[in-house]
Amino acid sequence: MLIKKPSDIKSSEITDQKHYKDRRKFIQTGLGLTGAAMVPGLWLPAEVQAAREKLAKVKKSKFSTNAKTTPYKDVTTYNNFYEFGTGKSDPAKNAHTLQTKPWTLTIEGEVGKPGQYHLEDIIKDSVLEERIYRFRCVEAWSMVIPWVGISLADVIKRFEPSSRAKYVEFTTLYDPKQMPGQKRSVLDWPYVEALRIDEAMNPLSILAVGLYGEVLPNQSGAPLRLMVPWKYGFKNIKSIVKIRFTEKMPKTTWAAAGPREYGFYANVNPAVNHPRWSQARERVIGSGSLFTKRQKTLMFNGYADQVAGLYSGMDLKKNF
Amino acid sequence: MSFYWQKLLKPAVFLLCMTPTIYLLIGAYTMDLGANPVEYLAHRTGDWALRFLLIVLAMTPLRRISGWRFPIHLRRMLGLFAFYYITVHLLIYAVLDLALDWSFLLEDILERPYITIGFTAWVLLIPLAITSTNKMMRRLGKRWKQLHKLVYLIGLLGVVHYWWLVKKDLQEPIIYAGVFLLLMAMRWKKKGAVT
Repeated sequence: MLIKKPSDIKSSEITDQKHYKDRRKFIQTGLGLTGAAMVPGLWLPAEVQAAREKLAKVKKSKFSTNAKTTPYKDVTTYNNFYEFGTGKSDPAKNAHTLQTKPWTLTIEGEVGKPGQYHLEDIIKDSVLEERIYRFRCVEAWSMVIPWVGISLADVIKRFEPSSRAKYVEFTTLYDPKQMPGQKRSVLDWPYVEALRIDEAMNPLSILAVGLYGEVLPNQSGAPLRLMVPWKYGFKNIKSIVKIRFTEKMPKTTWAAAGPREYGFYANVNPAVNHPRWSQARERVIGSGSLFTKRQKTLMFNGYADQVAGLYSGMDLKKNF
Repeated sequence: MSFYWQKLLKPAVFLLCMTPTIYLLIGAYTMDLGANPVEYLAHRTGDWALRFLLIVLAMTPLRRISGWRFPIHLRRMLGLFAFYYITVHLLIYAVLDLALDWSFLLEDILERPYITIGFTAWVLLIPLAITSTNKMMRRLGKRWKQLHKLVYLIGLLGVVHYWWLVKKDLQEPIIYAGVFLLLMAMRWKKKGAVT
């Protein structure tokens, strides 16, 4: 029988690792703010400003759009990330509790090389590319965002998926301490999204690790998020901890939460409306004026040339 | 209440009711309304429209519980503020968001239930605003009270409008619905005593 001996030091007196890390974070944040204060016109909320870190050796991409990019401040203070609250400014306010280093990615399912991988090792062996993509939220607003990412196809190939791998399923971190929004059951946590394997292997599909040439801020899905620009924003799952390869179509979070409103495919399609609102047009974020009109939404968010072939013969009204 | 306070009450409440407008106007002037200013203006004016509807509905129970007379004196002004904020809310949606594209406006009103009922609430408020003068009260006599019972339906439509437009997180719509139901239940209990 194992008898526990009471510890001499009360557990309440030991500085736990979180506080120790908080102190380091506090120092880093302080330094970050000093830097920002020296650049006029670059004021951002402290949470956004914290830990901005440049990424080295980023290649340009032929897939980038020429459209005017959305200001950094708008991209990082207006987005959905329910793990940090359901308001669109909540992620920027609350995501500082997320610890992104170290980060482990678990690979499971129909692959030759399952296991746990350090994110750094995966990124180290990949080419970082800047991809300036249009981004279209299912709520009918849009941005143009310069992501920095790695080709999803290249990453997938390294794990050697078998012929039975028909779908790729992604899972977000589940940890209500780091992600306080998970304390409320607004969605069925953890967040799960998935792609058909041919969608995942499309050259447009990337795993983003950066934004505006810098390390991805927490509220934007650090340290690793999906970016498939022809689909509605909610497909682009954030803070990924697990990738699983499956034969059957996985159950995805929004499709399960509202099967009438959110489908598995979620391809941007101006001809198929959300049951409660129109998808024909979108409000462009960051125009700087109250009188800017909505712009027309494009089929597959303007990426029809690259991806329409993936869905030939499919009824896109049924498979929305 | 002293005569002095009575004279001050209405202008003071009027100014208080205008503060959300002033706040939003300053925000619009300095372009400090966040990343999606049109949505922000639509949401905030919608919030205030719904709040004023609930505040109006609270005046009768407040008068009954407290015995104060002032809630009834303020009722007309608060009701007109509800109409004002709903009108501004609708204008922001129609002018700024839809750029007065009538085909889109019509499509929204006809095909999207939450917009249908929101628009209905505004339409129903028009006769109440028009008949809010003393002259109209006298002219309509008993029928005035009948007509103004529409505010219960309008309150319900407002609460459901909010409930139906929210994507997933119903926390706030539930709070508004709860307050509405409570205010209605307070009427039910003492039906004979309602003024």
